[in-house]
Amino acid sequence: MFKELGRLLIRFFTQLGQASSMVYSCVFWLFKSPLEFSQTMQQTTKIGVESLVVATLTSLFTGMVLALQAGTTMRNILSEPLYIGTLVGFSLVRELGPVLTAFVVAGRAGAAVTAEIGTMQVTEQIDALHTLGTDPIRYLVIPRLIAFMIAIPVLTLCANFSGMFGGFLVSVNSLGVASNVYISDITTFIGVDDLMHGFIKSCFFAFMIGVVCCYKGLWTRGGAEGVGKSTTQAVVSSMVLILVLDYFLTAILNSIGL
Amino acid sequence: MIEIIDLKKNFGPKHILRGVNLKIEEGKTLAVIGGSGTGKSTLIKCIIRLLEPDGGKILFNGQDITHIKSQIALAKLRRSFGYLFQEGALFDSLSVGENVVFGLKYLTDTPKSEYAKIAKEKLALVGLKDIEHLRPSELSGGMKKRVSLARVLATEPKVILYDEPTSGLDPIMSQIINELIIDLKNKLGVSSIVITHDMKSAFEISDTMAMLYEGKVQLCAPTPEFKKSQNPYVKQFVEGLSKGPIQMQIRN
Repeated sequence: MFKELGRLLIRFFTQLGQASSMVYSCVFWLFKSPLEFSQTMQQTTKIGVESLVVATLTSLFTGMVLALQAGTTMRNILSEPLYIGTLVGFSLVRELGPVLTAFVVAGRAGAAVTAEIGTMQVTEQIDALHTLGTDPIRYLVIPRLIAFMIAIPVLTLCANFSGMFGGFLVSVNSLGVASNVYISDITTFIGVDDLMHGFIKSCFFAFMIGVVCCYKGLWTRGGAEGVGKSTTQAVVSSMVLILVLDYFLTAILNSIGL
Repeated sequence: MIEIIDLKKNFGPKHILRGVNLKIEEGKTLAVIGGSGTGKSTLIKCIIRLLEPDGGKILFNGQDITHIKSQIALAKLRRSFGYLFQEGALFDSLSVGENVVFGLKYLTDTPKSEYAKIAKEKLALVGLKDIEHLRPSELSGGMKKRVSLARVLATEPKVILYDEPTSGLDPIMSQIINELIIDLKNKLGVSSIVITHDMKSAFEISDTMAMLYEGKVQLCAPTPEFKKSQNPYVKQFVEGLSKGPIQMQIRN
């Protein structure tokens, strides 16, 4: 049992070391060479467009469910559906918007990034990049990392609006809340600090998804089966890390008053 | 031009190269033969520094290149080399034309306006025409290899490393690739190291041949001499015999 635990620890720290070394190389190439601008733009569009519909739909229905649950509960306790807009808005802006969007992007675009880089690795295209005078970190990783960091916060913003709109539809049509009441519940109680809270979280999630998915792709071994394994590992690791990171970020941001 | 001295490479407990010594002269072609897993591809990957050797020296024009660590110095070194991958390793996301000129951006100062002309020129050199707009997935195996060769030629390297250039190709396409390799040597004067299992191809294209066995060079000799060698390992491999020292070693 100790042997197994030791093996797991060694594997964990090896992977952590390799991923850190990749991040270090990213910083090195960012300062040493010009950014692959067209690649970065192409990837940002791809990641954003690929995930936009799923992210907004997920958030729309989450907002609807939140409003329905909150409304029913409020009606049972207080006899009328009060503060639905505030509840839906708070939950989405501070928590569900960033987390659900990060989940969707990790499952959709993150998996695609790992599969693409992994396939390039097993078909020697990564070696070909080296022989043609460029580094895969510079050509593949940096543009994708930046793309995630642009696309995820923007998608989170779209998801927040979509979720609040979902809550609005249910509140007005099913719960009988006046539309101006729902909107004023949101605008009165949700401030810039709440938006910042969600924005900071989404930036951290984006960086983490980018690092995990690119790292898993670059370290793919063992042909088509290896690509499948790496892709699954990238998505599962990203999702677990999103939740872990979410807890610590919430604790830190709350402690500094955000 | 290239001198390999006592080169060693291990993968964990496996000793792949156990002290390889070879010399490649300018404008000549060396064919390296040997069974699967004897370290032929490892050897050329060490030369272009895709793999880091564990011991020994690789002298390129008298300079030991095994100690180069910086990414920028490595990129500079790779300007002198071209590498033809076994499966071509063309970038799926780019068109054929973009693949051919890919290295120009990073390895040379060629202006962008020249790229289209160079792509056309290099593709013509390998016998391909009007395919710049195609995607690698639309090409046959032989065409992929030739496009990959055009990509190598675009940066005008001094040394070309071929990793099994004729594997998986039909005899006619293999012969076309062989003739291309000979043509490139004669026209451009490039030095080449060719890793191959294809004995016919090795005899045809090389000036010198070497056989790797158990991580060491069994024999390195001019091709006519190599052909006639009575070395039992070489003889067995060249004649493709199932019985001999190589098979016996495997059975033990």
